[in-house]
Amino acid sequence: MTTSTKQRLPRLRAQHRSLTRPRRSPLLTALTLIVLVYSLAPLVWLFINATKTQADLFDSFGLWFGGDFALWDNIQQTLAYDDGVFGRWFANTVLYVVAGAGGATFLAVLGGYALAKFDFPGRRGVFALVIGAVAVPGTALAVPTFLMFSQMGLTNTPWAVIIPSLISPFGLYLMWVFAAESIPAELLEAARMDGAGEFRTFFQISLPLLAPGTVTVLLFTTVATWNNYFLPLIMLRDADWYPLTLGLNAWNAQASTAGGEAIFNLVITGSLLTILPLLAAFLLLQRYWQSGLTLGSVKE
Amino acid sequence: MSTRPRRALAGTAVAGLLALGLTACGGAEDQGPVDTASALEEGGEITVWAWEPTLEAVVADFEAKYPNVTVNLENVGTGNDQYTALQNAISAGDGVPDVAQIEYYAVPQFAISESLADLGPLGASDLEGTFSTGPWDSVHSGEGLYGLPMDSGPMALFYNQEVFDRLGVAVPTTWDEYLAAARAIHAADPNAYIANDIGDAGFATSMIWQAGGRPYQVDGTDVGVDFTDEGTKAFTAMWQQLIDEELLAPVGSWSDEWYQGLGSGTIASLTIGAWMPANLESGVPQGSGAWRVAEMPQWEAGAHATSENGGSSLAVPAASANSALAYAFTEYATTGEGAQTRVDGGAFPATTEQLESADFRGKEFEYFGGQKVNEILADSAANVVEGWQYLPFQVYANSVFNDTVGQAYVSGTTLDEGLAAWQEQCITYGSDQGFTMG
Repeated sequence: MTTSTKQRLPRLRAQHRSLTRPRRSPLLTALTLIVLVYSLAPLVWLFINATKTQADLFDSFGLWFGGDFALWDNIQQTLAYDDGVFGRWFANTVLYVVAGAGGATFLAVLGGYALAKFDFPGRRGVFALVIGAVAVPGTALAVPTFLMFSQMGLTNTPWAVIIPSLISPFGLYLMWVFAAESIPAELLEAARMDGAGEFRTFFQISLPLLAPGTVTVLLFTTVATWNNYFLPLIMLRDADWYPLTLGLNAWNAQASTAGGEAIFNLVITGSLLTILPLLAAFLLLQRYWQSGLTLGSVKE
Repeated sequence: MSTRPRRALAGTAVAGLLALGLTACGGAEDQGPVDTASALEEGGEITVWAWEPTLEAVVADFEAKYPNVTVNLENVGTGNDQYTALQNAISAGDGVPDVAQIEYYAVPQFAISESLADLGPLGASDLEGTFSTGPWDSVHSGEGLYGLPMDSGPMALFYNQEVFDRLGVAVPTTWDEYLAAARAIHAADPNAYIANDIGDAGFATSMIWQAGGRPYQVDGTDVGVDFTDEGTKAFTAMWQQLIDEELLAPVGSWSDEWYQGLGSGTIASLTIGAWMPANLESGVPQGSGAWRVAEMPQWEAGAHATSENGGSSLAVPAASANSALAYAFTEYATTGEGAQTRVDGGAFPATTEQLESADFRGKEFEYFGGQKVNEILADSAANVVEGWQYLPFQVYANSVFNDTVGQAYVSGTTLDEGLAAWQEQCITYGSDQGFTMG
């Protein structure tokens, strides 16, 4: 990583100058404000409209509150609609995230550590494979995966969503880089000299050092699994196994079905409830997130 | 034209299918009458693909009545999405459901490829007279009977009485009056339109149907497409004026804007199928009390001609491993108790028993200001003009409607030119598929 550090040096120096003599740029401030509004507007819209009744949704101005503050009503209805199927979808999503994202993170940590700290033939090949895999979007793999799972008889089961979620090439790559930089080889050597087995070295010495990277990968994979739409869409037929994304889409589709019950207010309230756990995860883990993103950008 | 012209053509249909190189596996044709009672007793598990919301209650009742039977009700998507999935499953020979909801316009497409079991030998031929004639015709293809009618959509004029009153416009009973009303509404309130339309295949074909047009002539694998007959011309001449004078709201049906327009009164009426009340009640709650239903406007004053718009059947795919049980469920869900459960849930039935029952006809709808809406809708079901046929590749045809006829709504193309282009594309596609196009 020395070459990349050298390349980044000039930029770092420039940053350093502006940090010691901060200049306020009206243009940058304005740009930042625009980005801020751009990022928050959908959330604000979502919250405002989650407080409206179905009638108000169409009658009142989209970016301000309607006549009735119906948020609690809407939440109650969302949770109760169709015998509380929203709760079931929520539980499914949590299952997919815990098993899928949790599993993906665990595998990424194991693999990244092994690739960074053990020298074995074929490491370069694995590197090329991982980098190549990062470039392939999951969407492109969904249909071949479906055909394969279909042959194995796994479609329409939770496994069809969990197993593909376990693979996170980007997470593996991130952990590889992180493990290479954050665990000094001397430390491992010392541990081995003191007679620690490989498992003990990994779990008691390396894992704590890897914590910031692990949290970062966990966040990445959690977001990816929580928002996963296309994969479950083609894998699942049974609404009892839907994650929230598919469930909300099914609710939305009711409005365009002859004889279907239009429930726009519940779709919107359901969407709000769906993003709350992600918001919480981000707010609670954001310092890890930040330190994860700046991985390797400064040489200590 | 007789009630069921297609039945006479069995021989050609079968020959045509072989010519098409499709596997005619014949479904349950050779098994003779199937004992559904013992199938129900024995039990088993079946999978049903449907999006119709009232089926959930039907499945619960069915499972309670026949405890040995398990029904997996799966919503694979509405309309086209489901047909794609079904077609894929049939091609793959894997994951085919035992029962599938198929709209009437799509039945011929699945029937001609022998993807569906003929339900006649399974007991469905005894159900003659159970369903109103429009839907009953629609589930026949060639000599086969490929589904049982689940719901129907005889058309009617749904209108917002408050808007018509406010603008001082009379509710039209003929299409001439309709055109005049469209002008009057838009003149009185530039934001208001009598209806919305940006090109909708189902709507256009239903309008041509009512006007007496018969653009599709299907005789086994001999298929004729002709959008120049009198009925079609009657429709295009009238509708073209609405388009030219910009009297139609440029809003697609089922969109958010559509629901908004229906609620705010900028879309004053809908000429649509009888399943609409449930959608209005849930999607346009603020219109409660304002909406009414009238007979579909007529081409001749005093006539009572209507057509079907939408509506779907339950069919049993030929690949179902348990067609006896699948049929037993289909019959339960579409007749007797099952039909009643669905009517109670707000669906519009296809069964004459429900359509003629005093309870059904006499029901006062609070949403429609206490109007006995079902009287009008059930009469519409009885007045559907006979002899309409859909193409054996109507799903494809409808998917290219907007590329051809849809142009009439956004450019200088006329409806007639658009229909000619649509006809052209359908003929090309049909020839490619091995049909004899005339």
